[in-house]
This record gives sequence, C-alpha cells and structure tokens, in this order.
Amino acid sequence: MSPRARTPLTPASTDPAKIRNFCIIAHIDHGKSTLADRMLQITGIVDDRSMRAQYLDRMDIERERGITIKSQAVRLPWEVDGSAYALNMIDTPGHVDFTYEVSRSLAACEGAVLLVDAAQGIEAQTLANLYLALDNDLAIIPVLNKIDLPSADPEKYAKELASLIGGSPSDVLRVSGKTGAGVEELLDRVVELVPAPQGDPSAPARAMIFDSVYDAYRGVVTYVRVIDGKLSPRQKIQMMSTRATHELLEIGVSSPEPTPSQGLGVGEVGYLITGVKDVRQSKVGDTVTDQAKPATTALEGYTDPKAMVFSGLYPIDGSDYPNLREALDKLKLSDASLNYEPETSVALGFGFRCGFLGLLHLEIITERLEREFGLDLIATAPSVPYAVTTDDGKFIEVTNPSEYPTGKIKSVSEPVVKVAILAPKDYVGTIMELCQSRRGILLGMEYLGEDRVEIRYTMPLGEIVFDFFDHLKSRTQGYASLDYEPCGDQEADLVKVDILLQGEQVDAFSAIVHKEKAYAYGVLMTERLKKLIPRQQFEVPIQAAIGARIIARESISAIRKDVLAKCYGGDITRKRKLLEKQKEGKKRMKMVGRVEVPQEAFIAALQGDEETKKKP
Amino acid sequence: MAGALPPGLPPDPDGNLPPGITPSPHTPFSAYVHVPYCRVRCGYCDFNTYTSDELRGSRRESFVDVVGREIELAERVMSTAGVRRPLDTVFFGGGTPTLLPASDLVAVRSRLDNAWGIAPDAEVTTEANPDSVDAEYLDALAAGGFTRVSFGVQSVVPHVLATLDRTHDPERVGDVISQARAAGLDVSIDLIYGTPGESLADWRRSLESAVGWGVDHVSAYALIVEEGTALERRIRRGEVPPIDDDLHADMYEMADDAFSAAGLSWYEISNWSRTPQHRSQHNLAYWRNHDWWGFGPGAHSHVAGARWWNVKHPAEYERLLGSGLSPAQGYEVPTPAERELERLMLGLRVSDGVAAGDADAAEVAALVTAGLLNDEAARSGQLVLTRAGRLRADEVVRRLAREG
Repeated sequence: MSPRARTPLTPASTDPAKIRNFCIIAHIDHGKSTLADRMLQITGIVDDRSMRAQYLDRMDIERERGITIKSQAVRLPWEVDGSAYALNMIDTPGHVDFTYEVSRSLAACEGAVLLVDAAQGIEAQTLANLYLALDNDLAIIPVLNKIDLPSADPEKYAKELASLIGGSPSDVLRVSGKTGAGVEELLDRVVELVPAPQGDPSAPARAMIFDSVYDAYRGVVTYVRVIDGKLSPRQKIQMMSTRATHELLEIGVSSPEPTPSQGLGVGEVGYLITGVKDVRQSKVGDTVTDQAKPATTALEGYTDPKAMVFSGLYPIDGSDYPNLREALDKLKLSDASLNYEPETSVALGFGFRCGFLGLLHLEIITERLEREFGLDLIATAPSVPYAVTTDDGKFIEVTNPSEYPTGKIKSVSEPVVKVAILAPKDYVGTIMELCQSRRGILLGMEYLGEDRVEIRYTMPLGEIVFDFFDHLKSRTQGYASLDYEPCGDQEADLVKVDILLQGEQVDAFSAIVHKEKAYAYGVLMTERLKKLIPRQQFEVPIQAAIGARIIARESISAIRKDVLAKCYGGDITRKRKLLEKQKEGKKRMKMVGRVEVPQEAFIAALQGDEETKKKP
Repeated sequence: MAGALPPGLPPDPDGNLPPGITPSPHTPFSAYVHVPYCRVRCGYCDFNTYTSDELRGSRRESFVDVVGREIELAERVMSTAGVRRPLDTVFFGGGTPTLLPASDLVAVRSRLDNAWGIAPDAEVTTEANPDSVDAEYLDALAAGGFTRVSFGVQSVVPHVLATLDRTHDPERVGDVISQARAAGLDVSIDLIYGTPGESLADWRRSLESAVGWGVDHVSAYALIVEEGTALERRIRRGEVPPIDDDLHADMYEMADDAFSAAGLSWYEISNWSRTPQHRSQHNLAYWRNHDWWGFGPGAHSHVAGARWWNVKHPAEYERLLGSGLSPAQGYEVPTPAERELERLMLGLRVSDGVAAGDADAAEVAALVTAGLLNDEAARSGQLVLTRAGRLRADEVVRRLAREG
C-alpha cells in the first residue's frame, strides 16, 4: 500500500465528497496506458512484481497495437493532507470509431486529464474528444507526457494547450509515464480540481452503463457509474431501455482486479455481474435502476450504436463458412456494435455482410477472426449505407451495392461526416487537394500554435472509407491525424458501376460511386482484372457498366499455347503430375459464366495491391 | 542440381521389380543411358547434369564400369522376370554424352549388347554437342555400332546462343553434320525457340539453316523456364525479358510451315521427320508406353506399368552400385485413372493419335468444334490433334481426362 493511501475508503460507504471520477483523453501512442501503469504502482494497488506493461489492456491485439479498444475503470486510493480519497480512473478508447463509447465514458466523469505527447502535440482525435469533454462540462487538467524524451518540446506544446483551453502555459503539468516523474502531482491535482460527484442518495437507484465486456468465465461484466441511490448485492435490477430484469450476482470495484463490495453508492464507479451472456443485454449508455423501486426517467444520452461501414466477409476456403458463423456469434457477445447477416456472392461464395462502426472496427474484427479463430478471410471493399428513393417513391436502404435497385432512381442520399485534420502547416496544400478530390467542402482552418493547422471539411463518408486515410498518411509522411463525426446525409449524383466478365456481372466488384468518378473506377477495375485473370480458351471481354451503358472495356485475348514441349527424358511421372496439378488448379477456380477465375484474382482485385505491391 | 525427382515409394534394394509387375516378352524394350556430365551448365537447363567441380569424388573415367554394374543388375532382374529379348532402341542422353571418349560410349553399347543383344535394325543414338565431336569421333561411333546422332544446335544466332550459355560456333554445325553423314550416321538436330530476346527473324534464320542442312529429322522445343535455373533468376531480376507464350505460338507455327515446306512432317508435337522411317524410334517408345530401362544417375525407367527413377547424384549412384545395391531411389505404379491420363497425354502427342476409348463424346465434339481435334479422325474413334490442338495439347488432355 502506498504511503499516500494508508486508509483506503470502503466502497458502498464512501462519502461522495471524497470521490473523484476522471478519465484520460489521449491520442494513440501518447502514452496513456503507460501513465495508467504508473498510477497503479504509485497508488500501490499493483505491486512492482505483478506489474506488466499496459496492465489494463486485456486483449493481445490491444497490447500489440498499443491501443485500447475497451475501456475499464480502476479505483485508486490516494491521500491529500491526511485525508483519504477514492479516485476512479476511467480508461477511454482512443479511436475515431468509438466516439460513442468515449462520450459515455466522459459522461461518467467530472474531470478529464488531457494527455498530450510533449514531442508531438495534440492530435485530431484528442481535440475532438477534448471538445466532447468541454461539452460535458468536465474539469480539464492539461498534461504533457513523455517529457523524458530528448525530442520533447514542452514549452511549445504547453503554449498550444493553453491556447486551446485557456489558462497559462504554467498550468500545464509535465509528467513522464515512463519514469513516473510528475505522476504524484497529477494525482494531487485531480483531487484539487475535479469536482466531487453530486447525487441523491435517497432517490431510486440510477446508474449509467459506460462499458460492457464479455468474459468467457463470468459472462458479461458491466461497468457503471452510480448517479443516485445505491446498488447492492442480490438486488433485482432493471435495464431502463429494454425493461429486462436481472439479479446482481456480484457487484464490486476494480483495483485493478475485480474485488466484490457491499455495493456502490452515489458517485461510485464499479462493475456488475448478472449472469447474462451477451453484451446486447447490457448496453452502453443504458440506465440501471432498482426493479422494486424504479426511477421514472432514464439518464440522458442513450443511443444505439449505428453501423457506418459495411463489408462482406468471406472465408477463403468455402468449407470454413460454419466456422466463420460460429466465430462471429462469439465476437458478438463482446461487441454490441458488430452486426452481420448472411450474404451470398457469385464470386466469393457464402459469407456475411457485416456492419461496423468504422474502418478500424472492421480491421480489428477481421484481425480477431483471423487470429483468434484461425480463419483466412477476404473482405469486400467497404461501403456505406445509402438511402435510395425510386421513381415510384419506394425507399431502400442500400448497404451493399448488390441491393441497389435496377429501375429508375429518383434520388440517392449518402452519409456525410465532419472531418477534422491536424497537420503541420507545410502539408495544408496537399491535404486540401486530397479533400477536394474526395468531394470535400472546406469549413475552416485554424492555427494551433505556430506551425500546426486544424483543417475542417465536410465530406461524404463513402469517400473516406475508400483508402482516404492511407492517402492522407502517405501524402503527409504520417504527420496528419484525422477525426470525423457523422453530420447527416446529403443527396448526391451517385451511380452503381458493375463489372462484367463476358457479359456476366461479378457482384463482388460492383460499387456505388459518384458519377464523375464512375469512369475512373471502371478503368481501374477492368485494367486490374485484365492483369489478374488468366487467359482462357476464348477471348474474354471485361466491361464496366452503369446500367446497360458500357463505360470502360478491356479484353483478355484467347490463350494460344498450353503445352509442354519436352518430355523430360522419359520422366513421364513428372509430366503427369504437372497435368494433375493443373487439373486440381482448375477445380479451385470460380466460374463466372464460362470464365474460370482463380480465387486469388478476386482477392488481389479487391485488395487492389496489384498496382502497389508488385515489384517492378 | 536438377529439377526435383517425384516423391515415390521406396524401391527394393536389390532392384527387383515391384510386386505384381510382370513384363511381357512381346513388348518392345529400349535402353536409355544418362551421361550426367557437362563442361558448363547452361542457364536454362534443369536436367540432371554436373560440371567437374560438382562431382564430389565421382569420376567420368569410372562411368563405363559403374553403368556396367547397373547393366548387370538389370540383366539379372529382367531375366528373373522372363525378359531376354534384344533391345529395339538405345539412346545416350545427358548431360553431354560426347564429353566422354567415343570408346566409352561404344563400350557401354557393347555391355548392353552382351546383356540382351541389340536388334539388327535397332536405332542406336547419341546426343552430341557440335563442338565436342569431329570426323574421327563420329567415325568411331559408327564403327562401334551407333546408327544415329542428334546434335544440340539450338540456334544459329549468336546472341540467342549466348543467352542459352551455349558455346559452340554455329558455323561449324554444317561441317559436323556432313562428317556424321560421311560416317554413315543418320542425323537429327535439336532446336530451341522462344529464348528471351529471340525475335521471329532470329528464329527464321535458325529454321532456314536447319532446312538448308537437309537433315531428315528435327526436334524443336519451346524454351521452358524451369524453377531454380539461372535463367529463371535472370528473368525475375529483369535482366532478360520473360517468356511470351503468344510469340512461342507464332514460332511454332513458323517452324511447322518451314519444315512442311522442306518435306518434313510432324509426327510428334515437337518432332518432324522426312519419312516415317526417319522418326525417332526411341522417343516413340516413350509415347507408346513401351518398356525401357534408364541407366545412369537420375535416369527414369518404365517396365510393364511400373515407373522408377535412380538417385540423382553420380557419387551416390556410384556408391550404391559399389555396395551391390540398386541405384533406384523411388518407384510408382500408377493407378488406372493415372494410366488413363498417361495414355491420353502420351498418345495425343503423336500424329497417329490415340483411341477415343471412353472419352466423353460431348467433350470430344466440343474440342472438334473448337478446332483442336481432327474432325475426320474423331468420327472414326481416333483422337488426333490439329495444329491449333498441338499448341494446346495439355488443355485437350485435361478436358478429356475424366474426373478422378
């Protein structure tokens, strides 16, 4: 136990005046997890022997990528001037796809530590989360991390932070999560600046769910912040959005391992276990109340997370389809925002259309499916939800180009996002050029400090999901950071481009694109396929079409030679085996009409790595 | 050093035929002798061959005696199996057989003769490098019972020969052909087309020379870029252009036109002869699935449906035979489905074609319609490739071979 926390306060009987709830807002790589590690050690709840790096990040994939996907809350004991406090540190996810989770974490706090790398300055996502925190009226504690780095420039970035949130650069704390320097002062400052929670201990219980995690052994572990009243073991509780009731099998706090308590009172943060097996039964943002004496109004701010990016996931080996289904069913237990339904593609066979919060979410799920379940997958080009109105007034939501109606279209609308890009000022020109080419509309531009600029655009989400981030990174040598948030829909001149092989449509390559880009997409795909599809016994036209109108055309000439001239000096076995191998190869071909296409060609065409990865 | 041997079953250490294999004394019987030596390794070649640096203690000088041991072993095995008929064809290939003195080749031929006898009208051929023989050498071969020589000419165009790492002087080829004829030997030449950098005009020059020499037999092989060869690496590094199959097809057609005009007709996909008597009887034995014993390191044999192959390295080959063991490394007895695939694959290569057997009639009709099989022959139950079909023979075989 830390000398600064000799008498930790007991959960369920802690005076709200002695509680401080705070979160850490930081960009990926700015050292949040390392700082959290030091806090665990300095407050003495994890001893040096059991310490491991990024203690709070449970999944391998989190630790490897250095990012936090699921947040957690840890109760830290601390003492200031002989008075004991309970500090609840709520760890927030740091990526653009998880804005809703971030907003719920912020709603559980009264204060936020704004953590910025002293060598890099603030990034777009951090800025976005800072605005969210300010909207929630949180007390902001600006902190520069990594001051031990030789490249750190605390003077410069302290000025930047002060100009963003007001106050003087001297108010900006300087710490090193790595060495522990300044961390005690930071904890003192949390006690000093973060307001104590307010709430009515005698009102019907209300607690907000800010995270919900599936655990293979214990079922769903739900993290809550109690607003009013009290929650106790064995109590019957109710979820206010669904009216579902559960019994509290266990209630407690993380310190940092789960520790059962006699309950949670006003302002306290902890976990609940009810035995449910699916995080959908315990949704982030929902309000937990007492079944016997329910509250009349739920806490504000609950929304269902909405899928913004869709992609078809297919097993490369068709016989893996049942395994993919099983794996998705398992992941769904721990990820309320993942949704999927069966989909069949001529080119790719049986798979699932999956909805994701964003591109990173897609990437994480695909990687988990491949790594944790040993599946080899192919993902179709990401798509966004379009609202199509036909001439006869029918309204269709299209999350897959194949659902695009064939008849006359009255209008199509697409999701639009507000984009904020932070970058050194030298890159403004190239960034604007890129955004312009993606149908972006400039909203404004502001300098942060002397040499960094925040550029704001509105842009169709469909333009962002298609390799925008890769282009942004490569054009700015990795210096630009990006954040976006949905800001409605707009009507746009969109068309569906189909790709045809010998007149047969190949569903996996259909795309909904802006009219002005249809030709470029058609040329790109027909050229790509021409390179990838082996020659056939007949000429194969490859066409790109909008409806019946052909906009681009290539053709693969018929094969003329398919014979091995020599006989390998009587080695008949070798020649026969070559033929057998070729025959086997044919069996693995997918047929599009009469055209044999190797699966690898589909994969390469979808990944688009032909142009970039192939060595000259 | 060469392309990998097929995986197979472990053979009998004493060299006896696999159980259940009973050769017929009526099946023609041939001998192939593999001479695994080369002065330099050509960049395109993946045959089982070694330069003197790579022999690891094995010596060219001992070749006759070591192969002699395998001949003794084969004689014993075949006698036990009841085959004592004289050899119908003998072929020395390589490598470069003519790196050995003519007397060595003659000595090996004599040992074969002593073991089984060589039929009076038998074809006895050796491959020869045009710059490793002269009139005296060729006379010695003829005197020693050889009837035919096959020169590895490949091309007459210096830059093409350079890409192939061939060192001979194309100007000499006409002379050695005359010398071979003067010695009383039948002459065949081997050509290679489609070498990276070879143009249609280059190829035409080689064809005109070949026709000009008036040879009675020509083999023309498309260059195959084999994995693991220097040529494959050079193509991968972009030092020479990759193979263009369409150009290969044009070159094949150009060759077929040039040979036909000169009175040579195709009798196998890559072989043309002036008359049926000039066809290579030894190669036909392969296509017709006759029996043959392959002697030497890495050589392949076929007897009554069993196929086996020797260890590849000359030193290991020598060691096994020195210990009284068979040099065979692996064998296989193809299944009926594999036999059928072989029958189509081998039979379709020759101009006589192959009996339709139980080939799918609809597929045959489709191949006729596509212009790959001869219509008239197909109507009488024989599958014979058209010229377009010869260029796509592998595809025809795959389509005709039943699923299995």
